[in-house]
Amino acid sequence: MLPWYQNLPFICIFLCMVNGITMPLYRRARGAYRATVTVAAVVAVLSGVLLAVLSAGNIRFSYKMGHFPAPWGNEIAAGPLEAMLALMFSLVTALSLLGGRSAQEHDILEPKQPYYFVMMNLLLAALLALTYTNDIFTAYVFIEISTIAACAIVMARDTAKTIAATIRYLVISLLGSGLFLIGIVLLYCITGHLLIPQLAEKVAELVATGAYTLPLTVVVGLITLGVAIKCALFPFYAWLPLAHGGATTSSSAILSGLVLKGYIVLLVKLYYSVFTIAVIRSLEITSVLFVFGVAGMIAGSLHAIREEHIKRMLAYSSVAQIGYVFLGMGLGTDAGMYAAFLQIFVHAVTKPLLFLCAGRLSEVQGHEKSLYRLRGAALTDKAAGIGFTIGALSMIGIPMFGGFMSKWMLADASLYNPLKLWPALIALAASSVLNAVYYVPAVIALWTPSGYMATQPVRPDRRFLIASAALAVCVIGLGVMSTPVLGVIERGLALLGGI
Amino acid sequence: MRELFQKIVIYRFEIGAIILFGIGFMNLLLQKNLVKKIIGFNVMDSSVFLFLASQGYIEGRIAPVLTNGVTSASAYINPIPAGLVLTGIVVSVSVSAFFLALVQRLYLKYGTVEFDEIMLLAKKEAE
Repeated sequence: MLPWYQNLPFICIFLCMVNGITMPLYRRARGAYRATVTVAAVVAVLSGVLLAVLSAGNIRFSYKMGHFPAPWGNEIAAGPLEAMLALMFSLVTALSLLGGRSAQEHDILEPKQPYYFVMMNLLLAALLALTYTNDIFTAYVFIEISTIAACAIVMARDTAKTIAATIRYLVISLLGSGLFLIGIVLLYCITGHLLIPQLAEKVAELVATGAYTLPLTVVVGLITLGVAIKCALFPFYAWLPLAHGGATTSSSAILSGLVLKGYIVLLVKLYYSVFTIAVIRSLEITSVLFVFGVAGMIAGSLHAIREEHIKRMLAYSSVAQIGYVFLGMGLGTDAGMYAAFLQIFVHAVTKPLLFLCAGRLSEVQGHEKSLYRLRGAALTDKAAGIGFTIGALSMIGIPMFGGFMSKWMLADASLYNPLKLWPALIALAASSVLNAVYYVPAVIALWTPSGYMATQPVRPDRRFLIASAALAVCVIGLGVMSTPVLGVIERGLALLGGI
Repeated sequence: MRELFQKIVIYRFEIGAIILFGIGFMNLLLQKNLVKKIIGFNVMDSSVFLFLASQGYIEGRIAPVLTNGVTSASAYINPIPAGLVLTGIVVSVSVSAFFLALVQRLYLKYGTVEFDEIMLLAKKEAE
C-alpha cells in the first residue's frame, strides 16, 4: 500500500487536465473562469500539503505510472523542492487569473473565453508535469504542450499584432524544442534509457570509463541551448517583449512569471539528477551560462530603459531577471544554485504583481499603455499604484522586499567563486542601478497628476484587490523571512542529486 | 576510399538525418514564407524521427511481433524508438495544425503569407 501523499502529484496534474478538457462544455465564460481558478487553488492546497509532509520527513519518492517497474515504466518523482515549485505555479496561476479577470472580459471575446481557460489548465498541467516528471521523453512531450498552450494564451486577444507576435514566439519555441528533442534522442542512443535514475547510472558509468565523451558534451550542449532559447536567455530574447507585452494581463503575468521558469527547473533537474553538477562544471557549461546571464542582465535593462510601453518595459525587465537566474546557476556552486532558485521564486511572485497592477492602472485610464499617458493613474486607483510601487521596489532591490534577498544571496554566493567574484558583483551593482533607472521614473510618472486622469471615480475591483494583496504579501514575505524557503531549496536540491 | 564509402553506406540513415535536420532547422529559422517555415519544421522533426527509428533498427532482425513461436529477444529489433517516434509524430502534427491555423488567420487579415510584409502592414496599422 502506498502512503497516501504519494498520489498527490499525479492527482494535481490529472485534475488540471480533466478540468481543461471539460472547459468548452461551459456555456457561460464565468463558469469556466470559476472552475479554473478553483482547480488551481485546490492544486495549490494539495501541493502545500505535499510540501508540508515531504519537508517534514525530508523525503523524495518516485511514483510508478501504470504499474510497470523501473526500466520500462513511466515515473513521476517528487521532493520538497518540486512540491514548493508546484505550490508556486498553481498559486500564481490562480491569483493571476483572478486579478486579470476584468482585462480578460475586455480583451477576449465572450464565446472564446472557455477555450482560453482550456489553455490555462493545460499550461498549469504541463508546468506541474515538467516539475514532477522522472522521464525525459515525457518532459519533451510536456514542453511541447506548454509551448502550444503558451502561444495560445498570447493569441487569445486575437488582434493581428498578437497573432504575429505568437508566430514569432512559436517559431523560436519550436527551434528550442527541436534542439532539446535531438539532445534527448542522442542521450537515449548512448545510454539506452529514458528514466532519470537509470540515465544517471549509465551517465556516471560513461563518465567513469571516459567513453562517449564527445557525444555526451554535445547532448549537454543541445539540451542547454534548447532550454536557453525557450526561456529567453541573452541572445534569444527578441521574441519575448512582443509576446509578453501584447497579451492580456493574466497571460503576461503567467508567461513572464511561470512559463519561463518551468524550463529552467527542468534544466536544473537534468543537471543535478542526470549529468551531476560536477560533470556540468568540468564541461564549463556553467561558465557559458554565467557569461550569457550577465549579458542578459545588462541588455534586458538597457532595452527596458528605452521602452515607453509599460507592459513591454516589464517584459524586457523579465529578460534581465532571467539573467540573474542564469548568473546564479553559472557560478557553479551550490550556494549559487540556491540563490538562483530563490530568484526564481521571488520573480515568480513579483512580476505577476507588476503585470496585474499595470493592467489595472491602464484599465482605469482608458486602456492606455504608454507611460506618458498613464501619468496619474496611481492616484485614480491607489491600491494598484501601491502594488506597482512594491513590485518596483522589490525589482530594484530595496531591503525588506523579495528582490533584495535574492540579490543578496547571489552576491553572497559569488564570494565562493574567486574567478567570477568581480564580474558577478559588478554586474549585480550595474543591473540594480539600471533597474532603478527605469522603475523609479515609471513609479514617479504613475503618481504624478496629469490631464489623462479619469474624471469620474472608478469602481473598485475586488478580485484585483485580493490577488494583488496576496502577491504583495508573498513579495514582502520572501524579503522578510526567506529562511524557510531557502531551507526547502537546500534540502530539495540535496535530495535531487542524491537519488 | 572504399572504407569511407562503406562507412557512408552503414551510416546512411544517420547522415541523411543530420542533413535533413540542418535543412529543416535553417528553413524554420530563416524562411520568410510562413507556409515554407511550417514545411521546414516538419522536415526538422521528421529527420529526428528518421534518426531515432534508424537507431532502433538492427540489420537482419524483424519487427517485434511474435512469429513462428520465436521468443528470443535477439531475433527482433528494439521497439522503444518506434514508440517514441509515434509519440513524436503526434506532437509534431498538433504543433503543425496550430501553426497552420495561425497562418490562416493572418492570411485572412492581410492576404499574404510573407512574414516581412505582414510585419510591415501590422506596423503601418499601429501608426
